[in-house]
Amino acid sequence: MSDVAIKNLTFNFGPQHPAAHGVLRLVVEMDGEVVERCDPHIGLLHRGTEKLIEYKTYLQAVPYFDRLDYVSPMCQEHAFALTVEKLLEIKVPERGQWIRVLFSEITRILNHLLNVTTFAMDVGALTPTLWGFEQRELLMEFYEGVSGSRMHAAYFRPGGVHQDLPAGMLDKMKAWCDQFPEFLVDLERLITEHRIFKQRTVDIGAVSAEDAIAWGFSGPMLRASNVAWDLRRAQPYDVYDKVDFEIPVGKTGDCFARYLVRMEEMTQSLRIMLQCIEALRKVSGPVRVDDRKIAPPRRGEMKTSMEALIHHFKLYTEGYKVPAGEAYAAVEAPKGEFGVYVVSDGTNKPYRCKIRAPGFPHLQALDMMSKGHMLADLSANIGSLDIVFGEVDR
Amino acid sequence: MDDKLNDLAAHVTAATGDAVTASTVRLGELTLQTTAGKLLSLLTFLRDDPKCLFRQLVDICGADYPERAQRFDVVYHLLSHRLNQRVRVKVATDEDTPVPSAAPVHPAAPWFERETWDLYGIWFADHPDLRRILTDYGFEGHPLRKDFPLTGFVELRYDEKQKRVVYEPVKLTQEFRRFDFLSPWEGARYVLPGDEKATKT
Repeated sequence: MSDVAIKNLTFNFGPQHPAAHGVLRLVVEMDGEVVERCDPHIGLLHRGTEKLIEYKTYLQAVPYFDRLDYVSPMCQEHAFALTVEKLLEIKVPERGQWIRVLFSEITRILNHLLNVTTFAMDVGALTPTLWGFEQRELLMEFYEGVSGSRMHAAYFRPGGVHQDLPAGMLDKMKAWCDQFPEFLVDLERLITEHRIFKQRTVDIGAVSAEDAIAWGFSGPMLRASNVAWDLRRAQPYDVYDKVDFEIPVGKTGDCFARYLVRMEEMTQSLRIMLQCIEALRKVSGPVRVDDRKIAPPRRGEMKTSMEALIHHFKLYTEGYKVPAGEAYAAVEAPKGEFGVYVVSDGTNKPYRCKIRAPGFPHLQALDMMSKGHMLADLSANIGSLDIVFGEVDR
Repeated sequence: MDDKLNDLAAHVTAATGDAVTASTVRLGELTLQTTAGKLLSLLTFLRDDPKCLFRQLVDICGADYPERAQRFDVVYHLLSHRLNQRVRVKVATDEDTPVPSAAPVHPAAPWFERETWDLYGIWFADHPDLRRILTDYGFEGHPLRKDFPLTGFVELRYDEKQKRVVYEPVKLTQEFRRFDFLSPWEGARYVLPGDEKATKT
């Protein structure tokens, strides 16, 4: 048995694999159990969102953003709304801004609950997923309460939000916030000190701060690598400069640090939620701009005013025109920097709408992160990236 | 905010010689126009200069303006964590002229460039691995070009006889309708039904 030629093995991981978080096809080159190279093949969920948006008015483009990262819909509407507002040079009324921040943080908790628990599932724990989904359902009821839809809300629109909160919603939210810390403690007790979880994640896929910046990381991925960068603090939009929260930072940049950052972010989001609830009890007023050329009139107004009826008709057929120019606006989506770059030619449809998804550069770096790790660590890495193919493939 | 950006634009323009052909500050955003030949030196300068430190490449995307001689723009968005600033760099090109790949300067560039190649057909020179990324294996054409129809050219279905997925030319059961509600009094460029008779006589 001497001089046996050992050849690297190349095989497919996915596109239908439970640990691939959707439709990811990885072509992995293995040297025994060690990953030599992995080449993600994406685009299996490509729907041509950017092309479709070029054929829709600005208002009709909003629902496409829910369907990008379907785990954190409202944050993406937020980015689009901010970009269009920048081009229109309008400012959202204060109550509208508080509602947006409130729902952005609900979205963050929704997203992190899904990611943390499915990440645990990727490395072998099933219970957290079942527990986490219960809380997610409760949060989605708030989505449903304001927009009528559990996920694809189309609630944040250029100019504000679609409608004010229904009566009694703030009390329900407060009640939810009161019971959530206990759940977080339970969840932490299940995962954080779990021996198997730590064996599977500590020192796996460690990324240094320089690498994280150079490879285009953002959000929890960047913060886990010890870069204290958060767009909510650095470039505050809406009322994020009025809320008090802390930015958790990881020290090691490995999968475990990413998990810890996300867990702490949920606590901070809860803090922001409570502040928003308090603020919304005091701040009254409109929730969207009072400009009939951008925001539709109230239903009651349309019953009596001819002009309001005309405005409504024009807004829902022709839409509003956006001054020519280009703008880029980004939000701190739960997964990282979600940016929208819109080029307007002065008509009612975007000339070009580029969606910058945080998961795209993260997935690109998977090869760099996984090189030299075992095959089993690959799924831990994918789990910690927090990728959703709706936004990567667009 | 705008003053800071103007200062930055003046600094970059002065330090890089003729690399910056034009700079504009609008809506609180700085845009630098450059040429394909000077792109890499400009990106390197923006990354390393202590007054810029744009270490992170946020995004690369294309844009198509068919009426121009150089129909494509390649747009780079850069972010400086240290100085908390953003900058946009633009390069104009056409179907045949390659743009140098930014991969030596920013390791995050290759996938964004693959996407731009895939959707617009802009060629990046010296790219480590310029394959299609979003569209299907064996796809033809560049879908985000303005002359590419929204419906595409092929559709696919599972063929029961051949037991595989087959591609066929697109068959629309009704004509593709493009709803353009832009007011005809305010710059819509289509002919209203019946108007074509008026010009004939």
